[in-house]
Amino acid sequence: MNNLAAVIPILIVTLSAIAAMLAEAFREPGERIPIGLGLIGLVGAILASAFLWDRQATAFGVVQADNFALFVNIVLCVVGILTILLSDGVIEREELPAGEYYALTLFGVAGMMLMGSATDLLVIFLALEVFSLSVYVLTGLRRSSAAGAEASFKYFLLGAFSSAFFLYGIAFTFAVTGSTRLAQVGPAIAAQAMNPSILLLLAVGLLMVGFAFKVSAVPFHMWTPDAYQGAPTVVTGFMSTAVKAAAFAAFVRVFLSAFEPLSTSWIPLLWWIALATMILGAVVGVVQSNVKRMLAYSSIAHAGYILVGLIAGGQNGKAAVLFYLATYAVTNLGAFGVVAVLATRDRAHDELADFTGLWHRRPMLAGLMTVFLLSLGGFPPTAGFIAKWYVFSAAVQADEYALAIVGVLTSVVSVFYYLRIVVMMYMTDKPAEAPATPRLHPAATTAFALAALVVFYLGVLPTGLLDLAGDSVITIF
Amino acid sequence: MSFPLLTSIVFLPLAGAVLLLLVGGRDGERDDLVRRLALGVSLAVFLLTLVLWAGFDPASAEYQFQEDHEWIPRFGIAYHLGVDGISLFLVVLTGFLTPLALLGSWASVKTKVAAFSFFMLALESAMLGVFVSIDLFLFYVFWDAMLIPMYFLIGVWGYDRRVYAAVKFILYTMAGSVLMLVAILALAYLHSEATGAYSFDLEALFALTIAPETQVWLFLAFAVAFAIKVPLFPFHTWLPDAHVEAPTAGSVILAGVLLKMGTYGLLRFAFPLFPEAAAIFAPYLAGLAVIGIVYGALVAMVQPDLKKLVAYSSVSHLGFVVLGICAMNPQGVEGAIYQMLNHGVSTGALFLIVGMLSERRHTRLIAEFGGLKKVMPRLSAAFLVITLSSIALPGLNGFVGEFLILMGAFLWSPRFAAVAASGVILSAVYMLWMFQRVNYGPVTNEKNQHLADLSARELWVLVPTIVMAVVMGVLPGPFLAPMAPSVDRVIERVDRGRSAVVSERLGQTPLPASPASKDTEETGSDPVSPEPES
Repeated sequence: MNNLAAVIPILIVTLSAIAAMLAEAFREPGERIPIGLGLIGLVGAILASAFLWDRQATAFGVVQADNFALFVNIVLCVVGILTILLSDGVIEREELPAGEYYALTLFGVAGMMLMGSATDLLVIFLALEVFSLSVYVLTGLRRSSAAGAEASFKYFLLGAFSSAFFLYGIAFTFAVTGSTRLAQVGPAIAAQAMNPSILLLLAVGLLMVGFAFKVSAVPFHMWTPDAYQGAPTVVTGFMSTAVKAAAFAAFVRVFLSAFEPLSTSWIPLLWWIALATMILGAVVGVVQSNVKRMLAYSSIAHAGYILVGLIAGGQNGKAAVLFYLATYAVTNLGAFGVVAVLATRDRAHDELADFTGLWHRRPMLAGLMTVFLLSLGGFPPTAGFIAKWYVFSAAVQADEYALAIVGVLTSVVSVFYYLRIVVMMYMTDKPAEAPATPRLHPAATTAFALAALVVFYLGVLPTGLLDLAGDSVITIF
Repeated sequence: MSFPLLTSIVFLPLAGAVLLLLVGGRDGERDDLVRRLALGVSLAVFLLTLVLWAGFDPASAEYQFQEDHEWIPRFGIAYHLGVDGISLFLVVLTGFLTPLALLGSWASVKTKVAAFSFFMLALESAMLGVFVSIDLFLFYVFWDAMLIPMYFLIGVWGYDRRVYAAVKFILYTMAGSVLMLVAILALAYLHSEATGAYSFDLEALFALTIAPETQVWLFLAFAVAFAIKVPLFPFHTWLPDAHVEAPTAGSVILAGVLLKMGTYGLLRFAFPLFPEAAAIFAPYLAGLAVIGIVYGALVAMVQPDLKKLVAYSSVSHLGFVVLGICAMNPQGVEGAIYQMLNHGVSTGALFLIVGMLSERRHTRLIAEFGGLKKVMPRLSAAFLVITLSSIALPGLNGFVGEFLILMGAFLWSPRFAAVAASGVILSAVYMLWMFQRVNYGPVTNEKNQHLADLSARELWVLVPTIVMAVVMGVLPGPFLAPMAPSVDRVIERVDRGRSAVVSERLGQTPLPASPASKDTEETGSDPVSPEPES
């Protein structure tokens, strides 16, 4: 029985996904049963995760519900809840298949939760495939849209490649160490850390490529702008936050536990990746004229900042990654949410010019967008500032001054494009013919209120979550 | 527990700002109420700052009205507030200028009044927070948060090129301050290396002994952030744009308070935290300051635009402040603080006057005016007093500050003082010439023929600044007295830090820092901490 405890949160979400899928078959038009089921499942999973806190439950030797995993679980469930709340209304308006949408989102969340909890490379791969497949389909959910199909196909092809890399990495690791369980891989690697074999280095490199692809780190970021722009905006919000959180959770778990002894081999490589990711995300974002594409480059830059936390390592580095993931998830989802609710049936309204004079038309939405953008840019008193401060503080502590300096400077560059949106919203005159924007759905209002509240709360009183993140990383490594 | 006076001062404007957002109607039907409320809140804040001044013990060098609560204990970050003689008057100045700026834009801001007042009050909160924070993290939070309302004030309510100016302002300032953030993190890390615990508390960080090589880097990071804010030549290019494009209230606050944060930061953080690096760089900083004094004055002289002229005069005036700080003796530093207040009062008033002119004529070009004395005698009179205060006429406030600074600078390095003194003459040239062209002579432009003189509201805006200019010129004692103990403490701390490092490196007793030995600055060699022989 104790075995099952560790998977209960994942199980709850999976069950709610199945229920949502079944309910779709019996749903009258206009009923919102899948949403309710999804919310029940996600809230239940949060409660279950809270219940398991500090209990160190393990299931089948391959899934561990330690505090690290539970922290990630909760972040993912919050992302799921916000996504579902934001989608209500958008899905109807865009006439996307509601049942499939909610079921796939929930399956995706379940897969991601597994990703964060898995302690066996094969299970990590399994989880990766579970949520990747959901997200591939979600990306192409709008079947009539050429951009959507292109995005989905690109994402799928490149994703399949990276999965292959990842699988090879697992195979090589198994060849060298004789196991795929992190608990056994770790000591085997530590034993030959002084003089690693080529095969082992290859395994590390391949695994890193797999993860770098999922977190969209340079040079494996190529799919990101296209996929983010082509996908329905609510899906973009979901995949830019949840996928990143899950992938980084596994990245940290694999590289900072089992592969930690080899860190002298992989840190130099990752160092350059982080540097390139921060710079490219910030600089290329400047020239974008499509807000979704701009936010895609912004999410690349943020992946770079999180990588800095990973490179810094240690208790602070790991905790900084967790804290960053949590704040980034809420903030970025909020920003994409605003873009999503601005869309009308026939047009996405996601060009920079579409934000012209938004303040005059929709002051609340403009205000929300500003809050989220300022948090992405790292201004106090928002959560984004504390997150950046924590990551760079960890970098300074690890003597990675160069990364910290490049990090803060690139965040100034990225502020430039966040402000371009603000300029459009506030500082340009009202357009002659303002497009009629649809009314805000109550569920979306709730989601925005929650997200904005979290952004400010964590910006002013971050202690609670900082301590939680700090406690989460003590238990495992 | 005593009444948290500083917290009230810092957060009352923000609370008022949030209230305004709730009160402000959708289409501006409640604009008048909003204006009154905003003014009321800012006046209440000013009263509180006066209470602070009244309760301040001028004999003490310690931080007073301290509030110290844990904020993020995991990293030794505290909500630690306090004022000493250095920050006291900057707090009062902020409280003094904000209501004037609000009153001054009563008629000129017609759109989105609620949002305008919101940003003004939010800005006031952040500015006050900067001056009363003793915790570096808290300081940085306020320092950075302040950019956002200013950005909106310039970008939304400014003139034609407002967007360019707003973006330039925020990016310039941020680029400097993020490096300071890294330096702050490094300081906290050094503290944890030395003591085992993180701390961002200024007093705790003062106790650190930092290797001179490290000091150099950290000092540079801090100094660049502050130099951009001051702005010190050659980091000043954002300032004319921001000033010219900002609405009147924005210019008043920008010149009156924001620029002082740079000089305040140098005095409060950069110099005492890194005394030895400060000794190395002080001559260079002073050199840039002196260049700024002359350059700002020369460029101001040829400006056709009133606002641009005042903006460049700020570069010149702030150069004096930096020079006084670099001298690091009681006269220089007290003069620098005094000059910060003077500049706030007189340049704030100048921007208000320019705002009134441009409200009437929708132009700020000097050539468009002329002979205003005949049409608007009251405005001209006020303009004259403020102009004279700005060029440091004895009997008005500017004189006290500049005199003290020049005296301090002379004790430290006569050469710098000599060049800087030319700035006094140059300021008389550009200010008086401008005044003459605007106010005297015949009314050449038909459009100036029937301009209305100052209204009662505008009198209420200008009279307080004139009163302050006179009071501070005649009675500097009550202002200088509370500064003295805190200034002495900073100087003593800087000297001790320098001599401690020097003696540590040379293995001998501290060198006496006599003024006579400080004559070789311009060659770049450093008299207080010579390089070790070995």
